[in-house]
Amino acid sequence: MSPLSTLTPLTVKKPSPARSRLRGGARYAPTLATVGLFIAMFAVGAGMYPSFLSGQVFLNLFIDNTFLIVLAVGMTFVILTGGIDLSVGAVVALSMMVSATLLQQGWNAGAVIVLVLLIGGGLGLLMGLIIQYFDIQPFIVTLAGMFLARGLCYVISLDSIPVTEGFFTGMAQAQIPLPGDLFVSPGVLLALGIVAAAFFVLHHTRFGRTVYAIGGNEHSAMLMGLPVKATKVLVYALSGLCSAIAGILFSFYSLSGYSLAAQGMELDAIAAVVIGGTLLTGGTGYVLGSVVGVLVLGIVQTFIAYDGTLSSWWTKIVIGGLLLVFILLQRLFARKAG
Amino acid sequence: MKSLSKHRLAWPVIALAALLLLNQVFRPDFMSLRMQDGHLYGSLIDIMRNGAPTILIALGMTLVIATRGIDLSVGAVVAIAGAASCAYIAASPEPGSPVTAATAVLIAVVAGLALGVWNGFLVSTIGVQPIIATLVLMTAGRGVAQLITGGQIVSVSNDSYKSIGAGYLFTLPISILITAAVFALAAVLTRRTALGTLIEAVGINPVASRLAGLRARNIIWIVYVFSAVCAAIAGLMISSNVTAADANNAGLYIEMDAILAVVIGGTSLAGGRYTLVGTVVGAFIIQTLTTTVYTLGIPPEVTLVFKALVVITVCLLQAPKARNLFTRLKAAPKPAAQEAVKEKVAI
Repeated sequence: MSPLSTLTPLTVKKPSPARSRLRGGARYAPTLATVGLFIAMFAVGAGMYPSFLSGQVFLNLFIDNTFLIVLAVGMTFVILTGGIDLSVGAVVALSMMVSATLLQQGWNAGAVIVLVLLIGGGLGLLMGLIIQYFDIQPFIVTLAGMFLARGLCYVISLDSIPVTEGFFTGMAQAQIPLPGDLFVSPGVLLALGIVAAAFFVLHHTRFGRTVYAIGGNEHSAMLMGLPVKATKVLVYALSGLCSAIAGILFSFYSLSGYSLAAQGMELDAIAAVVIGGTLLTGGTGYVLGSVVGVLVLGIVQTFIAYDGTLSSWWTKIVIGGLLLVFILLQRLFARKAG
Repeated sequence: MKSLSKHRLAWPVIALAALLLLNQVFRPDFMSLRMQDGHLYGSLIDIMRNGAPTILIALGMTLVIATRGIDLSVGAVVAIAGAASCAYIAASPEPGSPVTAATAVLIAVVAGLALGVWNGFLVSTIGVQPIIATLVLMTAGRGVAQLITGGQIVSVSNDSYKSIGAGYLFTLPISILITAAVFALAAVLTRRTALGTLIEAVGINPVASRLAGLRARNIIWIVYVFSAVCAAIAGLMISSNVTAADANNAGLYIEMDAILAVVIGGTSLAGGRYTLVGTVVGAFIIQTLTTTVYTLGIPPEVTLVFKALVVITVCLLQAPKARNLFTRLKAAPKPAAQEAVKEKVAI
């Protein structure tokens, strides 16, 4: 708490980082609230539609959102440092376009995947370097990155390009059986692997602790001698890499490349991260929370699909409403903690 | 020359002049204006007319950004305003009458007002970060607009309504005149009264301005309402220009263009000092870029790539760090390491 705010009843904005971060037990509260919401929504769904309460419906939430999970992981890193990455949706589209085009020209699937990962990571790295070394706001740099990536999609082709290559179609059709007549796609395992890796990196490595420290207070982190510059650049490279992986997963899912694909996906990713309990000011949040955030977005869509009478635009309204509820909850917890 | 190049508007104006010159070189009749049926025509007029909604929204955005805020919801407000007014006209008993058009305009402006009050409430009273507070409306707003139009494109035929976006008055397009009027109003209100200084004070140091006895909460509220009303008027222009409301695509990404216009114009996203003239120049740069792409015969698909490169170049030119690097390089053309960094960025 800054001593100033006790003097002043007319509070507008609390610039003191202690105020904007959650403390003590309240730290887990937003994420737990998300988990609670998810369980409640699933229970309501099960009450309304008998077929809702099945393991496969739950697993489909993962299968249909593998790319969003991976995007949310990358976005969590960026937002934890107090930054933002608006380019992710466009990079997903670019990755899909590049892989669809090269596969059509007979490239080897492995080579294509490596190249796509290099492009995504490289673009992220470049944005990170500009943000860090020229001190331009992440918002603007990643916005330019979004224009660049989306523009490159248009340059490659304005048409939708189908993917017929063996490995990609194989991945699209493959089902990994689980006990109880259930199955998941290989993409789900990959996405969960990335989540596990991100969890390990964030909580058990120096890099992860530096990410949290930067979000808490960049200046203090610098004074502590932490590698702030390198970490901030790497976080954007990581997000670019995650976007490229998400692009490949989306290619597995949709088996095509289209320059208008994944439009607005950056908003879904940000919404998932916020609903998952990460503060946009940085410093507080969990990658697992972001995954639950994605599942909540997924269940909203499942609900609307099950209902059948609700139009698609209710998805947007409900997601906006959920965002609002969680933002207000975060404010409430922050006040209590303060 | 040195003091001139240090003026905050120098780079944006040079960039705009260079773009216009480029057009002039490739198309000698670029700058020419001609009269036809009492209306002015020409590329410059086109740029102004097509850029009018962006300029309008960017003006509102400038004031929001000056208070250290940001308004992501303007695109959604554009969609809602267009949807509400067109839905009203389409459902009214006299869809062609001027009274209906006036009521529709009123509905759109009131909708903008209400949405601005909502954003301002979240930011100033609840204390939510501006970027998230307006993200809520950005996400939900387009859904609301689709709800109003029922997912359809609502087309209307009302001559009075059409004139907002496509009509002429005193030889000039009405949309340009509306934009000029809003600009004049904003300039007078913020530069001839204390309001501008108060907005800058809130942006530079919210705590200090509060301690100085400033009702920062009200100032913040005002700027969000102004921004949303500007967006609503822009929504009227866009929907009236095509005499239809498209909840999905009206004003899509216009928030990005508006924010870019503000930043290119020289107002820092960190808040504080702002320049309305700079914003208008910035918006012209963005609009001229689109025109330039056509003039140069570059395939339209490349527009976005071109835009991205120009944006990043202008931002780099304005970044103090890049400038320092530049002057240091000039002073001592030695360190190869710095040059390497610069080259990396130039790609």
